[in-house]
Amino acid sequence: MSAPALQLTDLRKNFGPAKIIEGVSLDIARGERHAIIGPNGAGKSTLFNLISGLFPPSSGTISLAGRQISGLKPHQINRLGLSRSFQVSNIFANMSVRENVRCGVLWSLGYGHSFWRNIGNLKEVQRKTAEVLEKVGLTDKADVPAVLLTYADQRTLEIAITIAGGADVILLDEPTAGMSHSETDRAIKLIEMATEGKTLLIVEHDMGVVFGLSDRISVLVYGEIIATGTPEEIRGNARVREAYLGDETEFAEMSA
Amino acid sequence: MTDYSLDRVPDLAPSVRYKFATRVLPLLLLALILLSIPLFEPSRTWLSLFNAIGINMVFALSYNMLLGQAGMLSFGHAVYFGLGGYAAMHGMNAIENASYDGGLWAAFPMFALPLVGFAGGALAGAVIGWPSCRRAGVPFAMISLGIAELVAAAGFMFISVFGGEEGITGDRMNGVELFGLSLGPLGEVYWFIAFWTFLGVALMYAFTRTPLGKLAQAVRDNPERVQFVGYNPNRVRYLVFIAAGGFAGLAGGMSAVNYEIFTPESLSVIPSGLVLLMAFIGGARYFAGPILGAVVLTYMQSNLSDYSEAWLLYLGLLFIGMILFAPGGLAGLLLSGTTALRQSLSGKGLVRAGAFAISALLSATGVIVLVELAVRHSNGFGEAFEPFSFHLAPDQMMPWAVGLVLAGVGIGSLKVLSRQGGMGS
Repeated sequence: MSAPALQLTDLRKNFGPAKIIEGVSLDIARGERHAIIGPNGAGKSTLFNLISGLFPPSSGTISLAGRQISGLKPHQINRLGLSRSFQVSNIFANMSVRENVRCGVLWSLGYGHSFWRNIGNLKEVQRKTAEVLEKVGLTDKADVPAVLLTYADQRTLEIAITIAGGADVILLDEPTAGMSHSETDRAIKLIEMATEGKTLLIVEHDMGVVFGLSDRISVLVYGEIIATGTPEEIRGNARVREAYLGDETEFAEMSA
Repeated sequence: MTDYSLDRVPDLAPSVRYKFATRVLPLLLLALILLSIPLFEPSRTWLSLFNAIGINMVFALSYNMLLGQAGMLSFGHAVYFGLGGYAAMHGMNAIENASYDGGLWAAFPMFALPLVGFAGGALAGAVIGWPSCRRAGVPFAMISLGIAELVAAAGFMFISVFGGEEGITGDRMNGVELFGLSLGPLGEVYWFIAFWTFLGVALMYAFTRTPLGKLAQAVRDNPERVQFVGYNPNRVRYLVFIAAGGFAGLAGGMSAVNYEIFTPESLSVIPSGLVLLMAFIGGARYFAGPILGAVVLTYMQSNLSDYSEAWLLYLGLLFIGMILFAPGGLAGLLLSGTTALRQSLSGKGLVRAGAFAISALLSATGVIVLVELAVRHSNGFGEAFEPFSFHLAPDQMMPWAVGLVLAGVGIGSLKVLSRQGGMGS
């Protein structure tokens, strides 16, 4: 059996005296869809920032397919096959949709920092870019400046850039935040299709999304994982119910 | 390969016609202009102006590789222009010495000296950029300013390299001749400048079309995101910085051959500021912006000083006016002007453009009247400002009032117009 796609071991992060992540250990198997839920301020985004290299962990280790990545820079981690999206749309605003996605495919196709090639003549880049755009359904908006897209389309572009490089492990930070019901449904279909065969780690507030999409769920509360299990196990877990007490709507959705 | 199959991947590349019209045609147009200028048999004054414009075009475009393409604000770009120029000057003298004593340099044509400038500028960029490109934004700008002061000060200290205050002089009429050009007469220097201007512009345009050029734009837009598509933004900035230094050095090499002298002044923050003005006034968001800026500012620099001793003041006012009212610069104004013309069937665009032009003219007239009156007043010679046979004396109230009203009305209407949706943005 090969190493887990992603393995966190006793991961901790302090900002000065504030302990944000307090000893998180988690194994995510290859091809698994794993959701992280938890109340606001539980440290979900910080956890993503640690895994993707934006912050170095205070202690503990992170391994990507058996290779330790904690302490590496974000671009190095990305090159090893881990790609993430952002909670707030984080795109190249002044470039067209096509150029946005193209930026995402360049490194993976080995074009690095080359300055002796005309980007328009790189057939492989054009093809891969077109494939990604087709896959997420943005082909007809390919030449629109990213800043002019609707909110939902910007979120879609965010996912498109994230999957463009062909990473095996995808981290999505609240991909459906701020979307309407129909937009959320479309986004879920897109995520399912785009991450097929890949390992997915997702932070999400919409419990309908979480319970429909995930193979396993971890509940993060005050920087600690209080439970990990299948959706059924999490639904029945007393500690999870306790953590979510007071938030009736979410509780109801979970139990539904 | 891919874990999904698509029947047909659409070809999203722009049409051949579009590519030709937006990429090849402008360059052909530039070549045509450069080739046709000598047909008008310009005077020596005009020729030296054209040569200066060519040099500044390359310099301003190299600056915009940083500012417009990669979002790096530098206050010390003349360092690379100057160091490249000095490298070329030393090359020029090496060619001259080798023409007496022999040696490798004897085979180096004077015409190719800008290549030495490029190498010098790129090397300087590689050395200085190594520490300074580890920071972006304000720290990068401050470091660039510090380095400009440092290098300019060093220029006055190391006399054997920079020649002290008198600088280094040379003679371009030595060594191997290329294309049958002795580079003696100004007309032959024009062909030299035209050749390198075209090559510099074309290469810098090509750079924007490469993976590195595109990544530079991505770094400008969103350096954080670039990290998560596998690129180190500092690395991208550093490589762009070297390239920009190289092209600034190319312009320095052109300048070395054109003027046959380089002084430490050319390394200082003054030319660094001027190139920043060219890029901003021309329009840093557009590739062609700095070209326009170089044309207008070089013209102003050489001709406006004949008309008014306050020309630097006008330059400053133009800069502020552009930043406030037309952040897209001259290129942005031209672009929205042509768009307005195209939509002029509705009339609205044309009226707007007309209103803008009239307000700009009013405010410019008012400001000029005020500035000229002020200059004459402070000189104390009792001289009057007499444009178009008007007589405006600084010791009377009326001319001042006229100036104030013109400027007030002009600037006021500009503000109203730009509030209704900016121009050239």
